[in-house]
Amino acid sequence: MSRGRAPSPRVVLVTGVARDLAGRVVRRLCDDPTIEVVIGVDLVAPAHPMGRGEFVRADIRSPMVARLLAQSEVDTVVHMGVIATPRDAGSRVAQKDINVLGTMQLLAGVQRVPTMRRLVVKSTAGVYGSSPRDPAVFTEDMPAKVMPRSGFARDSMEVESYVRSLSRRRPDIDISTLRMANVVGPSIRTVLTDYFSMPVLPVPWGQDGRLQFLHEDDAVAAMVQATRGPTVGTCNVAGDGVLALSQAVRLAGRPWVPVLPVASGSVQWAVRRAGWAALPSDHLSMLAFGRVIDTARMRSGLGFTPAYSTRTAFESFLAARRGQDRPEQHLELGVG
Amino acid sequence: MSLRGRAAGEQPASPVEVVSDSDLGRLVMVVIQALRAAGAAVGLAGEDLDRSVAATLAFLRRRIDGDYTIDEFGFDDDLTEHLALPLLRPLFRAWFRVEVRGIDNIPDSGGALIVANHSGTIALDSVMTQVAVHDLHPRHRHLRMLAADLVFASPVLGPLARKTGSTLATQSDAERLLRAGHLVGVWPEGFKGVGKLYRDRYRLQRFGRGGFVASAMQAQVPIIPCSIVGGEETYPMLGNASVLARMLGLPYFPLTPTFPWLGPLGLVPLPSKWIIEFGTPLPSTGGEEQAADDPAVVFEITDRVRETIQHTVYDLLRARRTTFF
Repeated sequence: MSRGRAPSPRVVLVTGVARDLAGRVVRRLCDDPTIEVVIGVDLVAPAHPMGRGEFVRADIRSPMVARLLAQSEVDTVVHMGVIATPRDAGSRVAQKDINVLGTMQLLAGVQRVPTMRRLVVKSTAGVYGSSPRDPAVFTEDMPAKVMPRSGFARDSMEVESYVRSLSRRRPDIDISTLRMANVVGPSIRTVLTDYFSMPVLPVPWGQDGRLQFLHEDDAVAAMVQATRGPTVGTCNVAGDGVLALSQAVRLAGRPWVPVLPVASGSVQWAVRRAGWAALPSDHLSMLAFGRVIDTARMRSGLGFTPAYSTRTAFESFLAARRGQDRPEQHLELGVG
Repeated sequence: MSLRGRAAGEQPASPVEVVSDSDLGRLVMVVIQALRAAGAAVGLAGEDLDRSVAATLAFLRRRIDGDYTIDEFGFDDDLTEHLALPLLRPLFRAWFRVEVRGIDNIPDSGGALIVANHSGTIALDSVMTQVAVHDLHPRHRHLRMLAADLVFASPVLGPLARKTGSTLATQSDAERLLRAGHLVGVWPEGFKGVGKLYRDRYRLQRFGRGGFVASAMQAQVPIIPCSIVGGEETYPMLGNASVLARMLGLPYFPLTPTFPWLGPLGLVPLPSKWIIEFGTPLPSTGGEEQAADDPAVVFEITDRVRETIQHTVYDLLRARRTTFF
């Protein structure tokens, strides 16, 4: 449900800009003339250009970020600093540190700054978990039936709970939390893109989960829309349509091998040792049962329509992997 | 093998055009010969045979290319039409000789909830109802069935159930389907119904909390009582090895005249004569908006549906002249 518009953002701070998606969000926000200042924050400098955005090297786990928020009179924070894979952080301990402690410090800073008006958080549909007892389609008000075991999903659940308590302490800040389906695309590297790039795919035997994808361009566009457009509270974001795991494996054209549930732990360990992909511990059970999220609020509340469906997003990833050109994309944002 | 040849709009490619020296070409030729032989064995000939073979090849190509769509519940229209239903049809027509009555009580379009009695140790009655609705309704509607979570946790059976249109028996799924205008089938007796002993046959068990009635009222769709006769005799359950069932994590372990003594042969159902009757729809609209939350109203409608099904079951049992032949 749309709670209407917060005032237009003037000074925006984006976290996690060293990585591709957040960097692109910064560049898109820089294109908007009504936004005066765009500040990007991360531990390492981004490899890509930031347009007219300023980069500030800061650790969001330190109180320096609160000083930065106050000094620059930031009114909008876009939090994309939650890391999906331990590989990006170095280890699981570091990943959890950055994700959970970083978010806590960031939100503590946000709470103290009086100029803050809007917070946008990138979360994941992984918070719904994946089990055979799940409803076929998750809406935003449904809890997970079986708590997710993977680090990223659990960290995102903690992040969401901190965001909720912030909303109670600062009811004047408009908050949008976007739960994104698995992001795929020509350039992004995620657990799932690594999985589908493996020479042989381990597939859970006897099960065939439903998968939903979001194209990386749509992920960027959704974050920008949530920053500039209406506030939606918690909102699922995914492309239209559903692919069965068996379909995705066939489209990927890779050989596959069935894996019994008892062997899934050993297989995941072997894959990690071989350096093919850093599969989280519940990856195979996520593929076995899948997960589908409802996107009605994305369309009516956020006013966002993805340009790519689940299938076309996946196909664009496959095409790029085969070295072909990226398809043209024309974005039509709804209510802006 | 698509015996009905219902691949609408498909240009039948003559098999002789597939001439290739490559290994793949030879493999395709072998497949075609096998399909033609199988088709001839079931009595197809000439153009019918060619069309069936072409439809089957097209189906296989779609499967290999991943060129089909599943909906958000995992329902695979293509697989159900061209593989599942054709395999179930001989069971429906020849083995059980199902007689269907009252098919006009099912609306041509829009949502409706079909509530039926459950029997038969394994849920053959639900798939037979699915075939009945698809084949005999003038619009060939697909019945979406609500099943227990044990089904979806099982390997092989779980994804197959999803692909043929079943989903979890929860209120959120039921309401979502009904609001989208689908036909939904529910068997509220659940495991108590399928797992009942032969001596309790055709006595309907309790209908649970009536959540399905609440879903129909929320979605404002009619409720159609359905009575199925013939299911109890497929695997007459003479006893239940409850200790074994607990060990295996099953709701019951059936002991029938043929299972588990005859091993896999015990899985063959006895050829009972089936009658499925769809009764007059009970409208769930006409009440106030809040009626779906009122437990008294929900229980009253649940009881009425259960009684209707029970009486019709007894009527059909009297009308059925023979149990097996």
